[in-house]
Amino acid sequence: MDKQTPAVSLRHITKAFGSKVVANKDVSMDIMSGEILSLLGENGSGKTTLMNMLSGIYHQDAGQILVNGNEVFINSPKDAYALGIGMIHQHFKLVEVFTAVENVALGMDKKTTGGAKEIAKAITEICDRYGFDVDPKKKVYNMTVSQKQTLEIVKALYRGANILILDEPTAVLTPQETDKLFAVLRNMKKDGKSIIIITHKLNEVLAISDRVAILRKGEYIGDVETKDASVQSLTEMMVGQKVELDIERPAVEHKALRLRIDHLTCLDRYGVTALDDVSLEAYGGEILGIAGISGSGQKQLLEAVAGLQHAESGSSIEYIEPDTGTRHQLLGKSVSDIKRMGVALSFVPEDRLGMGLVGAMGMTDNMMLRSYEKGRLPFTDRKTPRQLASKVKEELEVVTPSLNTPVRKLSGGNVQKVLVGREIASDPTVLMAAYAVRGLDINTSYTIYRLLNEQKKKGVAVIYVGEDLDVLLALCDRIAVLCGGKLNGVVDGKTATKEEVGLMMTNLRTERKEADAS
Amino acid sequence: MTSAKERSTHEKPFHIVKRTDLPVWKSWLIRIAAVVASLIICAVIIILLTDDNPIQLYATMIQGAVGSPRRVWALLQGVAILLCISLAVTPAFKMRFWNIGAEGQVLIGGLGATAVMLLLGHSLPAPVVLLLVIVVSILCGAIWGVIPAIFKAFWNTNETLFTLMMNYIAIQLVSYFTYIWSSNKGNNVINTINVDNHAGWLELPPSIDRYGYLLNILIVAVLTVLMYFYLNNSKQGYEIAVVGESINTAKYAGINVKKVIIRTMLISGALCGVAGMLLVSGTDHTITPNTAAGRGFTAIVVSWLAKFNPLFMVLTSLLLVFMEKGALEISTVFGLNSSFSDIITGIIIFFIIGSEFFINYSIKRTHAKEAQTK
Repeated sequence: MDKQTPAVSLRHITKAFGSKVVANKDVSMDIMSGEILSLLGENGSGKTTLMNMLSGIYHQDAGQILVNGNEVFINSPKDAYALGIGMIHQHFKLVEVFTAVENVALGMDKKTTGGAKEIAKAITEICDRYGFDVDPKKKVYNMTVSQKQTLEIVKALYRGANILILDEPTAVLTPQETDKLFAVLRNMKKDGKSIIIITHKLNEVLAISDRVAILRKGEYIGDVETKDASVQSLTEMMVGQKVELDIERPAVEHKALRLRIDHLTCLDRYGVTALDDVSLEAYGGEILGIAGISGSGQKQLLEAVAGLQHAESGSSIEYIEPDTGTRHQLLGKSVSDIKRMGVALSFVPEDRLGMGLVGAMGMTDNMMLRSYEKGRLPFTDRKTPRQLASKVKEELEVVTPSLNTPVRKLSGGNVQKVLVGREIASDPTVLMAAYAVRGLDINTSYTIYRLLNEQKKKGVAVIYVGEDLDVLLALCDRIAVLCGGKLNGVVDGKTATKEEVGLMMTNLRTERKEADAS
Repeated sequence: MTSAKERSTHEKPFHIVKRTDLPVWKSWLIRIAAVVASLIICAVIIILLTDDNPIQLYATMIQGAVGSPRRVWALLQGVAILLCISLAVTPAFKMRFWNIGAEGQVLIGGLGATAVMLLLGHSLPAPVVLLLVIVVSILCGAIWGVIPAIFKAFWNTNETLFTLMMNYIAIQLVSYFTYIWSSNKGNNVINTINVDNHAGWLELPPSIDRYGYLLNILIVAVLTVLMYFYLNNSKQGYEIAVVGESINTAKYAGINVKKVIIRTMLISGALCGVAGMLLVSGTDHTITPNTAAGRGFTAIVVSWLAKFNPLFMVLTSLLLVFMEKGALEISTVFGLNSSFSDIITGIIIFFIIGSEFFINYSIKRTHAKEAQTK
């Protein structure tokens, strides 16, 4: 590989935002053709910024980019495409009401003679070649997340991409979908394409890539061949110090019934049953995991408890007060009703900026969101929230220029820290967290696990909705598995296996029995 | 692969970069520079189109706006009314409720004041009439404002169209009543109401307030400060900001979104009612369908330009009223069509809005920077 000219070379790339934030500092690295390179780094270490310069979204302050040994000037995404560089962003850039063909055709000035049919044919060809599965006539709004992502990749390939950049492609995929994606990436590699993949999941890094390049605080630390790397060694390179990588599971003490969910049935906003007759208990002092393919009713379950989701008649969610044992019915109550009853509920929703936080406000004002009503005066108290904000900033190491910087401008991991920090600070008796570590680097993820365990030890009933089965099995005391809105069973976190839970996620028990019978 | 022709062979000489840490004084310097630049452009246009001396023209504008004590007071009165309406629309706008109906809300408030003054002016003692004028006009404005809010809150109707249409209803109502109450049947003019006993007149004795504008100005000054604290330091102001940013987040935080929408539009409408009262009972002592004179719409510009900050709105409303008064003067002195002043105002506003780009972004020279590092 050493004699070969790299497909892309970055030379001394520096990029700063304003005078304070240096996103990339003198970064030099190479990507060979026929290689899958993982770009690794903590949240805010400048991975996405670096790739955005390759794809023409930003322009470097200093440094050069070479493609196949020639210096190139990438002034816009169009230039990047002309050079064969395509990027698949975390947030898809597709038009929802268009079909796959129309999305691929969009923005192309290439003349076709056969119109939509020709593009559809080209799409099918690309799919056959690499093993994709895209229906050219399907509208994007009918597609699953995984199909949308596939379409994005096909779009990039159709435009002639030889160098493909994927920014956290697996964050939104199920394990099965991830496997499918990896198979496709390997086919593309065989075809001589270069692939750069940004991901926080180290086991995936080890599974897919040939080489790993590591960034820390905007600087290039170095690269290793994947075969010589381990989760531990990569983490240490990324963080710059030794890190303990075992998830603790403290023994459950003083287990006490806190939530009793009975026959809970909810519809989603289109009137389709999202949660079907689910009965479940959550205990103080334990972590209850919720596993399931995304969209199996996790959202409705948490929101029903939080007072944000209407439930059908016959459903019941009872809250049992820790000290007195008084029972409160939570269904039919609004968020403020529940708050007024003295139920200390904390909720880290999946949609951080769209629901848990106000993007345009700074940390201080976001800390107020749950507590602004306190006090008799009609005026808000900003002193306590400001203290809380600086406490969260310090304890969770939130990187922000100031407490008043809109949280929208922070990186994903920092946004999550602000949200989790606030929810834990309110001294809850029930803490619900949906995908709390999605998009977070390994160090921050472990911080979150530690915080959840601390809450557990304090006697809080923790409900953790997760997608990483390894983490669920290591962290949770019990795991409830949802499948298509139905509760498919509750397993013991200490004894259950990954295969068992994976199977429960995809096959309803009754169906399995039928299959066995026949 | 696409042809090499499409590729850039050189770097663009300039790149647009987002600013993150511009000091406040510098952002004001940019704004001032924008105004100066706009005046220079205007001067060029004046020379090209009219052969008049631009400096003389500007001098006349200043003369027209602040050339005598009377003009200064009239300017301040204009600012006060425009500012009052701008304050009124601001909470709604911060909530992302596009209240385009201030014009109508002002008129209905004014109509309420007119009705009390006309119908009760000689049957009740003057202080009672004034009290009723205040209460009724505020109530009328609030009701006119809350109707679209109720529809929005419960049936999610489009508030932009709704409030806009309510304007036309208000204008027609005022037309109707100016006909019914016209002083000489059929001429559609209501002469100054209660000239004899000044019942329902909001005024200070002439010894204190020679031009009759002082009270209006003081009231609006107080309202400005109150609105500033309401938006920035009150719980309700916080709720407005959250609802404006994300309804989902508001629900998550336990904010009753319907209540906030209705409450905020009650306040918005009520303040428009105050503006109507200041116009009818405080200055004009009569009403015409043109009493609001488009200020319900200009107020939107004032509020946006000031980024919904009531204190900045003092400046933006001053700028607009100053331009308006100055423009009136040049159209008479230089015999220029009043459209000409609109052109100048337009250019200046365009530059001020355009300057925001330079406050948010800087343009970097690529080559210069690279040469340094090499």
